[in-house]
Amino acid sequence: MNSKAKRYDSIIIGGGHNGLTAAAYLAKEGRRVLVLEKRHIVGGAAVTEEIYPGFKYTVYSYVVSLLPPRIIQELQLPKHGLHIMPLEGAFTPMEDGNYIASYADEDDTLEEIRRHSKRDADIYPVFSNMMYDLARAVRPILTMIPPNPANPGLEGLRTLRAFGSHLKSLGKEKFYWLTKIMTMSAYDFLSEWFETDVLIATQAQIGIIGTFLGPKSPGTAYVLLHYYLGELDGASSNWGHQRGGTGGVSEAIASAARSFGAEIRCNAPVEQVIIKDGQAVGVALENGDEVYGKTIVSGCDPKVTFCKLVNEKLLPSDLVDAISKYKFRGSSGKVNLALDGLPDFPAMQDKALMRAMQEICPSVAYLERAYDDAKYGSFSKRPFMGCIIPSTVDPTLAPPGKHVMSIFVQYASYDMPTHGDRDQQRESFGNAVIDTLAEFAPNIKDLILHKQVITPWDIEQTVGITEGNISHGELMLDQLFFMRPIPGWAKYRTPIRNYYQCGSGTHPGGGITGTPGRMAVAEILKDGN
Amino acid sequence: MRLTPFHPRTSEFCEVYNWSLWQNWLLADMYAPDHIQEYYAIRTACAVFDMSPIPKYHVHGPDADRFLDRIVTQDVSKCSIGEVLYTPWCDDDGKIMDDGLLARLNEHSFRLTTGDPWLFWLEDNAVRLDVVIEDVTDLGVLALQGPYSRQLLKTLTDADLDHLHYFHILNTEVGGIPVEISRTGYTGDLGYEIWVEPHLGVKLWDAIFEAGEAYQLIPFGDFALEMARIEAGLLLTDVDFYSSKKVVYEFEKSSPLELGLGWSVKLDKEYFIGQKALRNESARGPIWKTVGLELDLNSLEAIYAGFGMPLYLPHEAWNDAVPVYSGELQIGKATSGMWSPMLKKYIAIARLKPQFTHPGDRVDIEVTIDANRKRALATVVKMPFFNPPRKKSLGQV
Repeated sequence: MNSKAKRYDSIIIGGGHNGLTAAAYLAKEGRRVLVLEKRHIVGGAAVTEEIYPGFKYTVYSYVVSLLPPRIIQELQLPKHGLHIMPLEGAFTPMEDGNYIASYADEDDTLEEIRRHSKRDADIYPVFSNMMYDLARAVRPILTMIPPNPANPGLEGLRTLRAFGSHLKSLGKEKFYWLTKIMTMSAYDFLSEWFETDVLIATQAQIGIIGTFLGPKSPGTAYVLLHYYLGELDGASSNWGHQRGGTGGVSEAIASAARSFGAEIRCNAPVEQVIIKDGQAVGVALENGDEVYGKTIVSGCDPKVTFCKLVNEKLLPSDLVDAISKYKFRGSSGKVNLALDGLPDFPAMQDKALMRAMQEICPSVAYLERAYDDAKYGSFSKRPFMGCIIPSTVDPTLAPPGKHVMSIFVQYASYDMPTHGDRDQQRESFGNAVIDTLAEFAPNIKDLILHKQVITPWDIEQTVGITEGNISHGELMLDQLFFMRPIPGWAKYRTPIRNYYQCGSGTHPGGGITGTPGRMAVAEILKDGN
Repeated sequence: MRLTPFHPRTSEFCEVYNWSLWQNWLLADMYAPDHIQEYYAIRTACAVFDMSPIPKYHVHGPDADRFLDRIVTQDVSKCSIGEVLYTPWCDDDGKIMDDGLLARLNEHSFRLTTGDPWLFWLEDNAVRLDVVIEDVTDLGVLALQGPYSRQLLKTLTDADLDHLHYFHILNTEVGGIPVEISRTGYTGDLGYEIWVEPHLGVKLWDAIFEAGEAYQLIPFGDFALEMARIEAGLLLTDVDFYSSKKVVYEFEKSSPLELGLGWSVKLDKEYFIGQKALRNESARGPIWKTVGLELDLNSLEAIYAGFGMPLYLPHEAWNDAVPVYSGELQIGKATSGMWSPMLKKYIAIARLKPQFTHPGDRVDIEVTIDANRKRALATVVKMPFFNPPRKKSLGQV
């Protein structure tokens, strides 16, 4: 070891938003922190890049909601450039030329649902309230260090007891709904409420985001709830755009981390964690450099954390086995478009809905069929799409009069067919997206100045997330809470002393939440590190 | 009731029929069902506010300088041609009557904008002076505010906007329409106010909105303006203070020094109304100071939790006076406040006893939930709450 080399208290592997959050909290506690990011920019999957001159794509992720107010305040993120504008409403064109929309104003939404079903319009406010109540009930769990019921320990018992009385305080009815939402499929759950197919589809699509499941697969109702857990300015489950794209969130966290004294090094891919006597002492970079620190924190996904950054042989074989069975199954792709103007959806009556999310999920059967294609290892011929045109509220993203469209696409299987090469598959996948979109917005093809198509494989190649799963592993009940990523190792620690995990593969999971980063730091500090 | 020169257009845009009266002029509170989009347009892109109803006076003649210097607390002799001053004016007791902007259009020619109409009072004070005071309130004024306002305006005019300094004016054409552009505003952001003859109002609106489409331009109403001005730490008449001419009792009046406007009171210039009282007050020290407060969200959340409620954040500005305490002692009041979506903070403007106004001082602010009075923690901070460099910076050349 070079005695002159700077020693750090904490070295964070991966400058994704969770790694940066951990860095910021550790630096705030006075630790000397170094973040090592393999790419030329920080942010991981929350980055903004100018792929085509003059147009800024929020390349992978695209909307923000799950970043808790506590983190925003503790890290003073607005001072560092956090600027989230509400994404209000949604527009879903249907195959018969009709549409369904939701608005910022609840009365407008109800009037719209009434156009489809008077009964559903009457029920909708009750449903909304129930979802908000369930979100409120579950939100404390997100910031709870998950106790292992099989081996709780004293502290875990205390948490479980608090958790138990919290559940009890919900009352019977909500508890039943909570149990249902934890176990049912999004479709079954929603069908207990609504009769309008397209209304169910617009809700059920939330339940499939980032999973390799269809709307009728059990477990998807929980995912629906997961995306209801966000809030914006105290308004439950509202989503927003970061000015300048989601990279702006990462930049804000990075800036906060730097203001507390953290050092962030880009273009610094880590090869391996250096382990001596069963204890992590530093990292070896791909360029051969070694950096030493008292704690090493991985913001990477569980597979990378356990099986790539350390030698598997140093780990218990049951852990390696469990990690190898951990389900990533990246299922979503992204298409980013530079547009010469705004697309024209003939079904769209109110042009203000250009600022809303345009969802291509005209029916439940459409979503389930999209899943059918993917089940057998292909991409959906007519995929589900969530489109936003953030340049309608944020002129920083495109030249005057031009626009960027960010399209979240599902399903794009990680294991697309082996015949043909990756580039060809990406091309056909991109074409399927544009062709399908053109069914609902016929002028889209004439507007496209540039197109970026991203498959889960591309996410893995560039960002480094195994199988390109946006949540670092599926959000399924068997991979959540005290079982995230795997039973026994849910508390941000690893079998190697002073080696921690802080990515979305830990509790509470994916999305731009920063919460795994924040909670990992709480555990690191608890260990006296 | 009167309609502004832009009403044919504001009426088209206002889909929620949410109008109110300002000085007997009809004005939109909001245009779309959610004023938050309008607020974000001010901070992210650009947005337009029809501020035509603001009372405006053209003051000119050989004695115009002398006349104005007698009235306002600012030093008019320091105002060069093309410059704009913010200024309060007071009564003989040094209590604020109103505030506004004073622009020197030419050597002996000024324009004064005010919160309330003051024509008779101005005329009373012009006795024996060679000065003409004209009410030019009919002029149309569009406030184009936001980070992209300059870029948008540059597509419509050859004027050198990049070098137009904060609080300065120039005369030019916008979309071929003769206008005056003043780099001022009530939002605390980069922005301009565009002055136009009333009969050209609609043409100007159309030119700006045609060019504005590429910059996501939308109109904004009073609700969004209220939010922006609180973030900017700008006080509002009849909310954060009352005109001494409109209230009866002494305690309801305030001096510019109490309102944190001391920087605009030039005590050493020649005589002006209220000078003696303000000199005395300055020597003695004002009995109130105006500061910003940031509410502690944890303490607020705990109060709501006590009622089994989630934290409530006001997304519309409030403007009822609320007591502020230090321990058991009431030390003043907060006069307006809101949740700032940009700052992610609950902010308020407050007038407190000076000994409690050091930045970082902890105070308690009353929070009422269904007639239950509770107190949340708050911290004293400096205003403005939001002050981006672009507000004053010059353009890229």
